[in-house]
Amino acid sequence: MKEPVKSEFGTVGEKPKVEKKFYNRNLILAGIIVFVALITYPIWNLQGKSVPPPDPKLDTPVIQKMAEQDRKCIEDKTYMRNYHMQMLDEWRDQVVRNGNREYTSLSGKKYTASLQNTCLECHSNKSQFCDQCHNYVGVAPYCWGCHLTREKKLAEAK
Amino acid sequence: MTDFFKLHFFIPLGIVLALIIIPYVGYMANLQLVLGIVIPYLAVLIFLEGLIYRVIKWARSPVPFRIPTTCAQHRSLPWLKKSLGDKLDNPETTLQVIGRMALEVLFFRSLFRNLTTKLRRPADHPEDAKLFYWSYKWLWLGAIAFHYTFLIVLLRHLRFFTETTPGFVQTIEHVDGWFQIFQPTVYLTGIILLVALTYLLGRRVYNPSMRYISLASDYFPLFLILAIGTTGVLMRYFFKVDITAVKQLALGWVTFKPTVPAGIGVIFYIHLFLVSVLFMYFPFSKLLHMAGVFLSPTRNLASNNRWVRHINPWNYPVKFHPYIEHENKYRQAMKEVGLPVEKE
Repeated sequence: MKEPVKSEFGTVGEKPKVEKKFYNRNLILAGIIVFVALITYPIWNLQGKSVPPPDPKLDTPVIQKMAEQDRKCIEDKTYMRNYHMQMLDEWRDQVVRNGNREYTSLSGKKYTASLQNTCLECHSNKSQFCDQCHNYVGVAPYCWGCHLTREKKLAEAK
Repeated sequence: MTDFFKLHFFIPLGIVLALIIIPYVGYMANLQLVLGIVIPYLAVLIFLEGLIYRVIKWARSPVPFRIPTTCAQHRSLPWLKKSLGDKLDNPETTLQVIGRMALEVLFFRSLFRNLTTKLRRPADHPEDAKLFYWSYKWLWLGAIAFHYTFLIVLLRHLRFFTETTPGFVQTIEHVDGWFQIFQPTVYLTGIILLVALTYLLGRRVYNPSMRYISLASDYFPLFLILAIGTTGVLMRYFFKVDITAVKQLALGWVTFKPTVPAGIGVIFYIHLFLVSVLFMYFPFSKLLHMAGVFLSPTRNLASNNRWVRHINPWNYPVKFHPYIEHENKYRQAMKEVGLPVEKE
């Protein structure tokens, strides 16, 4: 029997023992923590808060004066909710560029294509109607760069 | 087109199409609760758990050797000066390593160095072919366009997860929709994202040598992200859904009071399902280079082999035979034949 030879890496002929070690532990844990903190930002940002869903109000004087069966928007509610921005964009092009103020709804009724005179006629409460959802989903439509709101008009008239 | 290509191209394509059909069927079967709450939560859990698991697994592998895969000047004689570029390419200090990592992570420096090879034959001497290496930036451009637009698209989605939307998200949206075309405003990043992805896919398909080395795991993420981008664009501009209901759903997740509001269109559930699949697939795929880039040993280690000793922990113990032992054994014989010895 030969005497086992030792070297700085262990005994010759034996398999090296590679230590299972968490290398650069602090750095890697810090990286993971920063990453998790970043992607969970919405969770700790809203922690303990409850955000009420938007509640657009329909109780303007004009709407209240209407008879029950006439209380309808120019298209049905789902369509208006999802597509009103597209409709207004098309109206803008058709009125400003082609001078055509006529809009025929899907049900065949004719309306004047005008944000201020048609939409805002009934929905005169921008802050309780338009802004409710717009603020909720964080959109800032540039309608109001040119158009006056009824609320402003009323305030100015007083 | 080889069978190999068909296998690796059409199978992932089929899987992604199936991943579009599954939520459609689920929606028709009124499984909104599963599609809208269970699967997204599961996806985020798998994503986080898998990502942390993989990173820690990597961290448990010793990386003793510095691999100076670099074309920059190494530390050498005092009169060989290193420029800033040399220092960032072949770093000696931690600060320089951070510089190299920042260039890699933020600007994809390695891709920027991508080369193309061409065999050029002069018309009058076709046998006199020469191999040319030339800079080739298209891959870098496609990659950087894709990654940054994807990041911006992701950040823009924060408006669904926060109340009120943070200022930087609004700034991003404002700049992104700078041209104010169409309504809702067209975001440029959405278009650039799809164009860049199409380029990255086309590169693999049209270039024969790329096609030869492309696997299903290369095509699948491309198809998946293309499908995510396409459904997102369709949902925003064409088949609109009730966005306030979508936000209610998203806020429900992050406040841990999940509810599924009625009336969200099927395209939203398809989009959401594809995103969930992307999250679940992430830790198991090449996409994990997101974390891996920070742990790439050829980038994140200072090239200090010449003055710091790095011991390899899996070195087999060997019996050393230093010169002095050799001399001790043969001193007499060496002296006899007149060889110089260290010790008399």
